[in-house]
Amino acid sequence: MRQRMKMPERLPNERNKDFLQVNIGYTRKQMLEEAKRCLQCKKPFCVEGCPVEINIPKFIKELSDDNPAQAIKIIKQKNNLPAVCGRVCPQESQCEKYCILSRKGESVGIGNLERYSADWAAANAQKKTSPSDINKNGIKIAIIGSGPAGLTAAGDLANMGYEVTVFESLHDIGGVLRYGIPEFRLPLDVLEIEIGNLKSMGIEFILNTLVGRTKTVKELFEEDFKSIFIGTGAGLPVFLGIEGENLNHIYSANEFLVRVNLMRAFDFPNYDTPVYKGKNIVIIGGGNTAMDSARTALRLGASSVKLVYRRTENEMPARKEERLHAQEEGIEFITLTNPVKFIGDEKGFVKAVECIKMELGEPDESGRRRPKKVEGSNFGIEADMAILALGLNPNPVLPSLTEGLNTDSHGYLIIDDNYMTSIPGVFAGGDIVGGDTVIQAMGMGKQAAKRINEYLKNLHPTNN
Amino acid sequence: MFKIILKEELGQNVKSFFIEAADTARNAKAGQFVILRINDKGERIPLTIADTDAQKGLVRIIFQETGKTTYELGTLKEGGYIKDFVGPLGQPTEIENYGNVVAVAGGVGTAEVLPVIKSLRNAGNKVTAVVGARNKDLIILEKELREICDELLFATDDGSYGTKGFVTDILKNIIDKESVNIVYAIGPVPMMMAVANLTKEKNIKTLVSLNPIMVDGTGMCGACRVTVDGKTKFACVEGPEFDAHKVNWTELISRLSLFRDLEKVSLDNYKNNSECKCGRE
Repeated sequence: MRQRMKMPERLPNERNKDFLQVNIGYTRKQMLEEAKRCLQCKKPFCVEGCPVEINIPKFIKELSDDNPAQAIKIIKQKNNLPAVCGRVCPQESQCEKYCILSRKGESVGIGNLERYSADWAAANAQKKTSPSDINKNGIKIAIIGSGPAGLTAAGDLANMGYEVTVFESLHDIGGVLRYGIPEFRLPLDVLEIEIGNLKSMGIEFILNTLVGRTKTVKELFEEDFKSIFIGTGAGLPVFLGIEGENLNHIYSANEFLVRVNLMRAFDFPNYDTPVYKGKNIVIIGGGNTAMDSARTALRLGASSVKLVYRRTENEMPARKEERLHAQEEGIEFITLTNPVKFIGDEKGFVKAVECIKMELGEPDESGRRRPKKVEGSNFGIEADMAILALGLNPNPVLPSLTEGLNTDSHGYLIIDDNYMTSIPGVFAGGDIVGGDTVIQAMGMGKQAAKRINEYLKNLHPTNN
Repeated sequence: MFKIILKEELGQNVKSFFIEAADTARNAKAGQFVILRINDKGERIPLTIADTDAQKGLVRIIFQETGKTTYELGTLKEGGYIKDFVGPLGQPTEIENYGNVVAVAGGVGTAEVLPVIKSLRNAGNKVTAVVGARNKDLIILEKELREICDELLFATDDGSYGTKGFVTDILKNIIDKESVNIVYAIGPVPMMMAVANLTKEKNIKTLVSLNPIMVDGTGMCGACRVTVDGKTKFACVEGPEFDAHKVNWTELISRLSLFRDLEKVSLDNYKNNSECKCGRE
C-alpha cells in the first residue's frame, strides 16, 4: 500500500515566529496522488464518521480525475465551510478513523483533500450562489450567534429558501472561528471567503446585538421571525478557584486569544487593544485551546512556554497534529502536574506558579484514569504570565433572560430529539447544548436546520 | 455604524454624546452599560448608559477623556459615526422602594448615577445625592441633578463649591444624623472604597458600580473578574453592581493597573501623531 501523502508544512523554527499558516496545503500533484489512494468503497464508512455526511468517496473520485470544481460542488452540498473544516476538523477521530485503509496502514488524507478543494475554489473564483439562484419562500428565520453552528444552520436554511438573519453580539462574524482559532491554523482571509459565500446567498448579518439584552427572543418573534436557532456557544471561561488566580497577567485562554485574534493586539499600538507579551509563560490545560494559546504566546516573543497538564500526553484532548506542532515549535510539556497556587510580587503581578506532581489512579466516569496528587511533591515554575485553558461553561446570558427557555444543571440548553428547546419554534445547537468541536457544532447546526424546515412545513403546509 | 446625533461639552475634558441605537435605547435600564469601538483599529471600551430616549432611539454616553480611546472619541463630531456600539450590557440596578437613599458620585460618575437616581425616585425613594469633584469647574450636570434629587450636596477638594473636603465627610454627617436605608456609590475606586469603609461601620447596605478592564462584555473572556465575598465574579454579566462591603478592593485596584504602561504608550503615540497632523492638543 502506498504511503499517505504528508501535508507539507513550514519548518518549526521559521513558523514559530509569525502567524502565517503552518500547513501549506497539497500541490496538485500531491492531491492527485493522495486522491488515487481512495479505494472507493461500496459501503463508505468514512461518511458515517462525518458529522455533516459529506459524500467523501464521490468528491475524492472527482479529485482523482483532476476535477476540483466538481469536487467542491459535492462537498458544498453538505458543508458550507469546507476551507475551515479542512483545516480544523479532528479528521483522525472522525471520517479518517473509519477509513478502511487505516486498518492496515494510514487512512486517506480526507481533511487535506477537502482543504485542497476549498482552496482551489477560492483561488479560482468559482461562481458564488446568488440569492436569485434560490427559490425564496419569504419566511424569516433568526440565527443567534455566528459561530460554526449558526453559520451552518444559516447556510442550509438559506439554501432551502428561507430569509435568514444572523445576530452576533461581537463586532465581527465567525464566533470562535474568528476569536478562538489563531491565524497559523485558520487564516482570516480563508474565513472571510467562507463568510463572503454565505453573504452572497443573501444571508443578512446584524452585528453588535446581544440577543436577550439588545433584543429579546420575544421581540424577534414580534418582528415576524417564524423560527429561531440559538448557537451562542460556550461563553464562560473556567477558572481553577485557587489562590492567586486573579493576579495580574493571568489570563483565560479566551481573553488572551480574543485580544490577539479578534482585536489584533499583536499589532499594538497600531491597533489600540494591548496584550502583555510575557517572557516565561505557563499554559494550563491540554486541549486544542491550550495548544493554540501556547503557540500564540511563543509567536508573540516568549522565550519559554511551558504547558502544564494534569494527566499524561496520551490523555490530552488536543489533536495529535497540534501537540506535535507545538512540541516541534518549542513548547515544553510538563505532564502529570497541576497548579496549586499562583505567587505574585508586591505589585500583584504573577511571578511563579506552584505546582504539584500527579499520578494516575482508577478510571473515572469518563473512562480516563483519574489524576491524584502526589503529596509533598510541590515545586515552583517561574512565570511572568499564565494562561488558563481549562474549558468553558455555557454562556448564561440568553437563557437567564428568556422566560421558558430551560437549561440543565450545568447551564446547557435542553433540546428534544428534534433540536427544539423548551420554547416552540426555538431550536439550538453547538456548544450551548454541549457540542464540543467545530464540526460537531456544524453537524448540530445542520440537523437543526433540517428540523426547522420540517417544523415550519408542518406549521405552514400551504408553503410546501 | 452608529450616528452621533448630539454632542455637548459638559466640562473640562468631559463630553456627552447622544447616539442613535434604537434597540439599545428601548431595552436599557438604569445601571447598565454599552461597549463601543470607534473604528476598525479601536479597542472595545465599556461606558455606562447615562440616559436614553426610547422614542427617538437615542442612548446618551458621558465620558471623561483619560486615555487614547476616550480622547479620540472626544474628537468625533456631531453627525459623525462610531463603528460599533453594543448594549445594554450588565445587570440593571435592583430598584426597590428602600426608603431613604443616599447616592454618592465622584467625577464622571455623576453622569452614571443620574439614571439610577431617576429610577429610585420613580420607585418612591427619597434620594439625597452627594457629588464630589476636585473643584467647582469639574462639576457636571448640576441642573439635571437639581431637577431629580430631593436633596443635593457638593464637596470639592479646594472648597470652591459646596463643602471643602470629600464626599465621605458629607456622607458621614448624613448617616450620623439620620437613618439611611441604602447607599449607592459610583466614581473613582478610592472613593467607592472609602464610602464602603464608612458605611460598613454602620452596617448600611451599599452598592457600587465597578469598572474593571473588560474586552467582550458578554462573559466570554473573564478579563473583568472581581472577587466578591471570596468568589470570582464577572463584572460584565454578574455586575457591574456589587455589594460594596464584599468587594476585594486591593485586587480591583491592582487589576486596573494591568496595562498602565501600555495605555500610556498608546496615548503618547496618539497625541504625538495628532500634533504632527493638525497641531491640536
